[in-house]
Parts: sequence; C-alpha cells; structure tokens
Amino acid sequence: MEARKLIEVQREQYTFTGMGEIYTFTTLTETPDGFDEQAPYVLALVKLDEGAMVTAQITDLGEGEAVAIGDRVEMVTRKLATEGTRGMIIYGYKFRKVLTRSN
Amino acid sequence: MRDVAIIGVGRTPVGEHWDKSLRMLASEAILAAQDNAGLENVDALYVGNAYGASYSSQQQLGSLLADYVGLSGVEAFTVEAGDASGAAALRAGYLAVASGDVETALVVGVEKSTDTVGSARITARNVSLDADFESAQGATLTALAAMLMRRYLHEYNLKLDVFEGFSINAHANGGRNEFAMYRNSIKPGRFVTAPMVAEPVNLFDMAPDADGAAAVILTSAERAEDMVPHPIRIAGSAVATDTLALHDRADMLFLRAAHLSAHKAYARAGIRSSDVHLFELHDSFTVISALTLEATGFAERGEGWKMAQAGLIGLNGKLPISTFGGLKARGNPAGATGVYQAVEATLQLRGAAGANQVDGARIALIQNLGGLGSTAIAHVLQVQ
Repeated sequence: MEARKLIEVQREQYTFTGMGEIYTFTTLTETPDGFDEQAPYVLALVKLDEGAMVTAQITDLGEGEAVAIGDRVEMVTRKLATEGTRGMIIYGYKFRKVLTRSN
Repeated sequence: MRDVAIIGVGRTPVGEHWDKSLRMLASEAILAAQDNAGLENVDALYVGNAYGASYSSQQQLGSLLADYVGLSGVEAFTVEAGDASGAAALRAGYLAVASGDVETALVVGVEKSTDTVGSARITARNVSLDADFESAQGATLTALAAMLMRRYLHEYNLKLDVFEGFSINAHANGGRNEFAMYRNSIKPGRFVTAPMVAEPVNLFDMAPDADGAAAVILTSAERAEDMVPHPIRIAGSAVATDTLALHDRADMLFLRAAHLSAHKAYARAGIRSSDVHLFELHDSFTVISALTLEATGFAERGEGWKMAQAGLIGLNGKLPISTFGGLKARGNPAGATGVYQAVEATLQLRGAAGANQVDGARIALIQNLGGLGSTAIAHVLQVQ
C-alpha cells in the first residue's frame, strides 16, 4: 500500500504552457482507421518546455512547408480523427510552429 | 528450479498464407515439433499470440489449439506481450518445466496477419502501442520507429546508408532459408533508394508483417538426455520492461529493457556477451538492430551500425545475427517471431542449420521485443 500511496501523492493535475520544441518527427502516409482523411500528416515527439515529452501531430503547415528538429512549437486544439464515415469527430491537441513576428 | 531443454522444433514457411487459418498454421508447426521430438503427448501448451483478437477475432487459443491438435484437456493458455508474445510463451513454458510442475511443455507462436490489410491492419496492430497517448494521436509503430531513427541519425550525425548492412545481411541469409518470406538479395546502394514508408524508414528498412507459426517442445534437461540426440539447454531466460510509450523514456536511444533482459540472461547462464556465437535479435527496423547491439554489450552507444558496415554480422562474422533472415527477410509473424528465433537458434546449435549454419555455434542469444523495446525477452540457448 505504501507504493500505491506514493503514486497517488506524486500525481497531481498540472497545466503545461503548451510551448515546446520538436525532438524528432516523421510524415505518415499509411495511417490507422479514422486518420486517413488527414494523411499525409507530420507526427512529432514534442519536448515541452517543462521537460515532459508528448507524441502529437504538427498542424497548420503550408504546402510543402518543412519542419526540423529544434523547431519551436505551440499547442493548439484540432480535429484528430473521425470514427467511421458518419461518426463522431474527435478533437485533441496538436502543435503548430510558433509564428514569428516580423518587425 | 531444474534445467530445461528444447527437444523438438517445428515451423511453417513465413509469408501470406491466405489458404490457411490460424488453427491450421499452428497445428502444422505443432505437428512438426512433435515429429521432431518423436513424441505426441505433452502436459501443457503455451501459446504466443499478439493480435488474435484484432486480426483474427479469436481468443482462447489455448482451448482452440489444444483441441485441434488432439491434446484436449491439457493446461493451455495464451501469453501476450505485443510482438514479444512468442518469447513470453517460451518463458512461460520454461518456468513451468523448471518448476517441476510440468514435465513436458509445448510452446507455439502463431500469427495470421495478412487477412487484414491497409489501415485496418495498422489499427489492429496499434493495440500494442499506448492507446491514450500514441495511437490517439495517429501514431503507428512504423512512425515511432522512424522518429527514433531520425533522432539517432541526428544525435550521431549519420547518413541513412550506414544502416544498409543490416538489411543486406538479413536478405542474404533469408535467401538460403526455404522458410523465409523474402528470398531476394539487396544489392549495396539499393537500400537508400527504396521507397519511403515514413521518413527515414523505407521499404528495405522495416520487417514485413506476415503469417506463420513455430513451435518448440521443452522438458527437463535430465530427461532430455535420454530422449533426443541433441538436446539444447535453455541456460538463461529473462524478461524486462521499459515504458510503453516511446516519449516517456528519459533516454530513448538506449533500449533499457533490451539491456536488462540480456544481461540478466547472461548472468543466469554464467556467460558474458563475448561468449555468444550468434544472436537472433529483433530486427523489426534497422535502427532497432543497431540499438539492440548497443544495449546488449556488443557495441558502444552510437556505434551499433558499425558492426553491420564492418561485415561482423554475417554467417562467418564475429557475431552472426539474423542467421535465417531475421524479422526483415524471414518475416515478422508477430506473436510467432520469438518462437521462430528459438527454433532457428536450436537448429544452429544442433549443427542442423544447413546453408545457414554458423560453424562451431555452441551458445546462442535470442531476444524478442514488444513495441520498440517496451518488453524485452532474452534467452540464452546452449549445447547441453
């Protein structure tokens, strides 16, 4: 029971800033069911500024726009998948490249 | 705990068996193993299967297969650990016999992958990823391997062609193996021009999903002496785990579970990595081969690929790997793969590997991975 208590104590709600950088990435053309209408899409491991890493898609890329390891990204909410042709739309987190302000 | 030995092996050709059902494939391998051992009755049947529920809409393979091969009534159940299910079943069989509770155990690995195609197969296979944090984001095993490979190339400042030796070796050995899915050779230079699947993983980099079944029969080492001319002892058996999701690893370029399971198996067997004569590793992707060699004591970090480039992994090399083609050329029938490795290593140690024989092989390491090393199961096999 001690270990169980420890887990409960250690896990608490935490809100990330949603900022991070691309640790690695790839482009998928062969997808699981429900993701095909968005293919090809870029998938990345994003290293959040707080240290944790997440698997997520990189979205809002222009035609032929490249991504690279180290690119700064920010979290956004987007459509992830559709369950069946007339099914429920699933929303979730994706990341987009941080828009740079031109001075 | 008593010593355990392999006394019979059997396997089906690996490929697209559209004319055979899951139970037919499994029974073919089981019957071959029974013939090989010269015995029919066993006390227990352990089934390695990863995707029966999602590929074949079938579970309770223990009952199904025991009945189908005429063993109805015996202890039988499935052991699941993703693509490491075959080795997990071998581990279950080993423990059962070692404990003394089971006298003779049959271990069969079986998978029927190719009845499902396209996105349906990817979805079915994705059950072995982290459903909430990987699959839900549209990840696939191949995409995760690709991201791992890109990071490896980035960290060590390498070009893709350094990995070609793994696939060339696998296909050279697969070409000599009548049970292999791919018998064609890959010419030097062709690897980097293969069609991309998920950059930087291409078609010549990744192992193909396949159908197949393999079986081994285990009994106590003492009893084995009187039963067959060349019993092969399971000198070490160990399982280790790492995080299920790739992104949760503090250091993803080190396969911690592969390291732990191999070193635990070495310790049990009383050997060092340098004593190993051949290694059937889990070459699902070339980067996994490189990382496995680094984790199991054969190469420094960032240098696993050098063993392939230096020609050390061929049948006559310092450490032959994938000696019957590995996952890449023999094919990857998921839950059966770990048992294929045991069958192939046994043939090597018996001196019965034919055109694939590694001369003087007396100690073999086999290692089966679930996912990208989330589960790692290592066995050391040794001439008794």
